[in-house]
Amino acid sequence: MSDENKIPLIAVENMKKYYPVKGGIITHTTGYVKAVDGVSFDILKGQTLGLVGESGCGKSTIGRQLVGLENPTEGKIYYNGCDLSVIRKNKKQMQQIRTKLQMVFQDPYSSLNPRKHIFEILAQPMLYHHISAKDTVEQDILKILDMVGLPRTVLGRYPHEFSGGQRQRIGIAKALSLNPEFIVCDEPVSALDVSIQAQILNLLKELQKELGLTLLFVGHGLGAVHYVSDRIAVMYLGKIVEIGDAQEVFRHPLHPYTKALLDAVLIPDITQKNQERKLLQGEIGSSTNPPSGCRFHNRCPYATEECRREVPELRNVDDRGLRQVACPVILQSGKEATHG
Amino acid sequence: MILKNKDIHSESYVQTVWRRFCRHRLAAISLVILTVIVAAALLAPVSAPYDPTEIAGPFAAAPSKDFWLGTDLIGRDVLSRLLYATRISLLVGVMATLISTIIGVVLGLIAGYFGGVADMLIMRFTDMVMSFPYILLVLVAAAIFKPGLWNIILILGFVDWPGIARLVRGNVLNLRETNFVKGNIVAGMPLRHILFSEILPNTVAPILVYATSVLALSILDEAALSFLGQGVQPPTASLGNMLNGAQSLTVLTSQPWLWIPPGLLIVVIVMAINFIGDALRDALDPNSGR
Repeated sequence: MSDENKIPLIAVENMKKYYPVKGGIITHTTGYVKAVDGVSFDILKGQTLGLVGESGCGKSTIGRQLVGLENPTEGKIYYNGCDLSVIRKNKKQMQQIRTKLQMVFQDPYSSLNPRKHIFEILAQPMLYHHISAKDTVEQDILKILDMVGLPRTVLGRYPHEFSGGQRQRIGIAKALSLNPEFIVCDEPVSALDVSIQAQILNLLKELQKELGLTLLFVGHGLGAVHYVSDRIAVMYLGKIVEIGDAQEVFRHPLHPYTKALLDAVLIPDITQKNQERKLLQGEIGSSTNPPSGCRFHNRCPYATEECRREVPELRNVDDRGLRQVACPVILQSGKEATHG
Repeated sequence: MILKNKDIHSESYVQTVWRRFCRHRLAAISLVILTVIVAAALLAPVSAPYDPTEIAGPFAAAPSKDFWLGTDLIGRDVLSRLLYATRISLLVGVMATLISTIIGVVLGLIAGYFGGVADMLIMRFTDMVMSFPYILLVLVAAAIFKPGLWNIILILGFVDWPGIARLVRGNVLNLRETNFVKGNIVAGMPLRHILFSEILPNTVAPILVYATSVLALSILDEAALSFLGQGVQPPTASLGNMLNGAQSLTVLTSQPWLWIPPGLLIVVIVMAINFIGDALRDALDPNSGR
């Protein structure tokens, strides 16, 4: 890894996103949904960070903040070292940066305007941002279509004429058309067939290598996330509980929640007919009123009295600082194991 | 019948809509009838046998070879007046619908897209206008402003918009949350593009359907107002003020050629428009089968 790769393209510092809950006869704020509650991470240039967690744990919310669809309630997002909340105040600068931060949406059926044909969908943003001129735009679009593996005949067609996989390719083409540096992939394959999923994942991986893109890959399918990611962050109820190298997190999960997530994956192995799988008991806590202390304590098999009181911080597992876990119990037992 | 693959793809949206529309036989017939009526009305200067305001024959004469629909109480030709009246009534209906649609769409877009205080103010105002006894409001307005053709158009236009505003707002609320709108925000597209190029084209279909019912309503309202003497003022003929004569018992009982034709025409026009609106609703709905 060269030194250049060590610059974080995206840095998030203590991001919080609370959505007000309105209620009462005279409408007023009765509480907050703490979708994201104090999250920090970096994404190095050219790398992919995978974000996993149950539905509703706030992973998509993080994606929306990063591309500027929403503003965080608290905390900072740095793009190339520049604070996004400062850039936002300068409209012109924001417009330019917008094109650098793109998004691929989860549902390919609603991410394309049904009333426009593909040429219009792709050309309009490119022309508006002067990425391409009127007489070259068709050539440029054909190049991008070639990259995502679509024939030139798609241009005159409408979105409803395509399958989910093809639409997702068009969605990726739309994101690529603006020459982005960073793309948030918000569960891009979860609405697709398994066979198509692999195609799209491979496409994303290739494109990333080819164009040097930086990705945030949001997903709940651990397999898919592991396949495309360099690093993985595991989220639970608005907090990151474990972050580290994709291989290591996948092979040696530390946090009890990560272990549970991995246990929940069915292993297609005929010799292990009656796999004994430890499935989590209970429901995910409420994000309006999250459990005290460690948010996972009510479902955690290792929970101690301290877990109920103290909110655990992300701590380095070793001296390299590449892997962090928010579970003092596991860290303690790990240390004891190495010392003992 | 097996369609070739090419045929399926070469059918544009408009063709699909047309095909589905034609499946409603009542609506197709209505469309033909309405086209004939509109054409006759537009061509009134050419097609009318007499000047509609000139005294052309005997008073209150029954239909004859010279006067197909007879003459009115002061000897004007009823057929000529009917043609011109249809022209005026359609003009009032179309213009009032246009005005209310524009107001409704603009307010609905603002309320739906920006939400918050703007939404609250606009929608409460809409509720207010909606909850007013409508014909009373129009009567009062007509009494304050001098009744006349353009005043009627404006009054009806400013009264009919709340339904459209609500409809547009609801649609915009939905569309605002769709991924393709969000994708365009992420792509840094300007507000005017998002509102008028992404959102509005996707809400045209329901607006069109609603507008047909507003059109039918405005024609009825014009007729009602003119019948009450607060609408289009004589000597200009409108379908409503031609009915005005029917307020007298003699006309009602012994001179049916004075009120049956305009009355029938109103019924036919309004019904035709409503049938067309119904068929449009089905034809434009993307979820209804092909």
